[in-house]
Amino acid sequence: MAVICVLPFIVRPYQLDFLIFLFINIILVVSFRLISITGEFSLAHAVLMGCGAYASTMLNKYTGLSPWITMPFGACVAGTVAYLLSFPLFRMKMFYFLIASFAAGEAIRLCWTRFRDPFGGFRGIRRIPSLEIDIPGVIYLDLGFPVPFYFFALIVGLACLVIMYRLEHSRFGLNFHATHWQDQLCASVGVNCRHFRTTAFTIAGVFAGLAGGLLAHYLGSINPNLFGLTLMLYVLVWTIAGGLGSFAGPIIGVTLLSILDESVRSSAQEFRPAIYGAVLIATMLFLPQGIESLPDKLKPHFLRLIGREPTANKSTDAGS
Amino acid sequence: MFELILQTALNAVISSSFMAIIAVGLVLIVGVMQIVNFAHGELYMVGAYTLWYLYMETGFPFAIAVLCAVLVPMLVGLVMERVLFRPMRGNLLGGLLMSVGMVFILKVAAVWLFGEGLMKHIESPFREVWHVFGLDAVMIPNQRLLVLGVSAAVMLGFWFFLRRTKTGWALRACTQDPEAAALQGISIGKVSIIAMAISAGMAGIGGAMMAPLVIVDPHMGHTIIITAFIVMIVGGMGSLGGAVIAAVIYSFIHTFITTYVDGVIATIVGLLLMFVVLMVKPTGIMGTRDKV
Repeated sequence: MAVICVLPFIVRPYQLDFLIFLFINIILVVSFRLISITGEFSLAHAVLMGCGAYASTMLNKYTGLSPWITMPFGACVAGTVAYLLSFPLFRMKMFYFLIASFAAGEAIRLCWTRFRDPFGGFRGIRRIPSLEIDIPGVIYLDLGFPVPFYFFALIVGLACLVIMYRLEHSRFGLNFHATHWQDQLCASVGVNCRHFRTTAFTIAGVFAGLAGGLLAHYLGSINPNLFGLTLMLYVLVWTIAGGLGSFAGPIIGVTLLSILDESVRSSAQEFRPAIYGAVLIATMLFLPQGIESLPDKLKPHFLRLIGREPTANKSTDAGS
Repeated sequence: MFELILQTALNAVISSSFMAIIAVGLVLIVGVMQIVNFAHGELYMVGAYTLWYLYMETGFPFAIAVLCAVLVPMLVGLVMERVLFRPMRGNLLGGLLMSVGMVFILKVAAVWLFGEGLMKHIESPFREVWHVFGLDAVMIPNQRLLVLGVSAAVMLGFWFFLRRTKTGWALRACTQDPEAAALQGISIGKVSIIAMAISAGMAGIGGAMMAPLVIVDPHMGHTIIITAFIVMIVGGMGSLGGAVIAAVIYSFIHTFITTYVDGVIATIVGLLLMFVVLMVKPTGIMGTRDKV
């Protein structure tokens, strides 16, 4: 914790940017996992993030309201879009759901590109005001600067993680797992599976929207390509490579892969997507439960190495 | 007015012939292996790049360059089948993720080998323009006619292969019921290899034919794969006939809307069409319930 607090003062500016984007991406992948624990993969998640960003900046732009109000509003809009999309989407399952969510998301995204009047076309929206803390006489802080924003993103990110963690491990959240693993059993004892899928999808949408709002007010400009298929595929790689089995999996995935990505930035700029591809394929082939299952797999070997018989390997109920 | 409609209709016919061979390749893999190959658009890109490199850079004759543009994607496809898809057969989502990884790798390979920045324009060897019915306003470059001709020939050849040869029968048997096919002594592994080779070859020849008409760049597979997905879903997953019909329907809708409104709206309409089909009849226009 102390390291995280001191970090912004010792790293270089671009590394600070990197950390801020990492926090935003962590919110994104953890909310993505919230959908995937109900058993479906959505390819509309990046676009939901975009919905939050667009709603927040547009409200700010056309009414002049403070970003403090528009950002939660953006999150709510993303949640509403997710809720509305869930009606047609949850008529389908698995692969069809995946493709349909992609179609819906891409259609929304192309609307931003096409209609210049409210959405600013492919150039997007520029000169988005940053967040400011302004209590007259006490404090004035412009969160547009990296260091204050770092702490703000950290606080928001941690708050989101705590909320999502508590939610998943609550009585209510157990239903999410149940709808995935025992769909029919679950329905037979009176749990409305579809209701819980919709809820998970909507909540995930709200958090994605919040991440979008953070991104928009930090970057200062957004455009439709930010939320395109590339980001969505990255989110998929982060979560799958990290492992969907536990709460920490996607966080590990996004952190490790981002660090890897950052470390080759100077030496092998153009190879970066290929590294993602190779990591994805390698995890699918050799570690179907993600990087987070690596310690469990290595444990017996390690114990044997130091001359102790491995104890019975406890089975993990991870799934992808 | 009439001339514009005629021109648009002819464009739509040509684009549907091209879309048909791309979508049929995609659907073939779904039918035989239950794998959705997201990297199909990248195989198309590999075909286009091969043609560009051999024909424009090294100066091979066009025909030989086209032949290589079929063989190189085939090779890439076979490697993919062997390494990626074989362990994932029957796992729709797993195969999709594998091929997503392959998309990244192939794109980077193209950038690494040939660079991203410069425009790779290909001079078509067929530069004449055909004025349809002697009308001045209605014209089709001969390269486009070549697309139509080659696509039609490939489709006919493939149809003949499916209906008349023993291998083609085996392929169809695998599409209908892999287990029963295996019980009759058909090697699913061999059939998968053949299917992948045909599919990748079709993507390659599509890329080679279209390369002189479009800009060759590493991202050219992106739009193609989205369109191919729409066509596949509308036609019904795993249905070859459905893919052809859907390609015609989609191309006509897309071309007419592009001409009369604009391209982005046309794509939005296409995506919504797919969305509606998924919602109302997920099996597509030609699919049966128990396929895939």
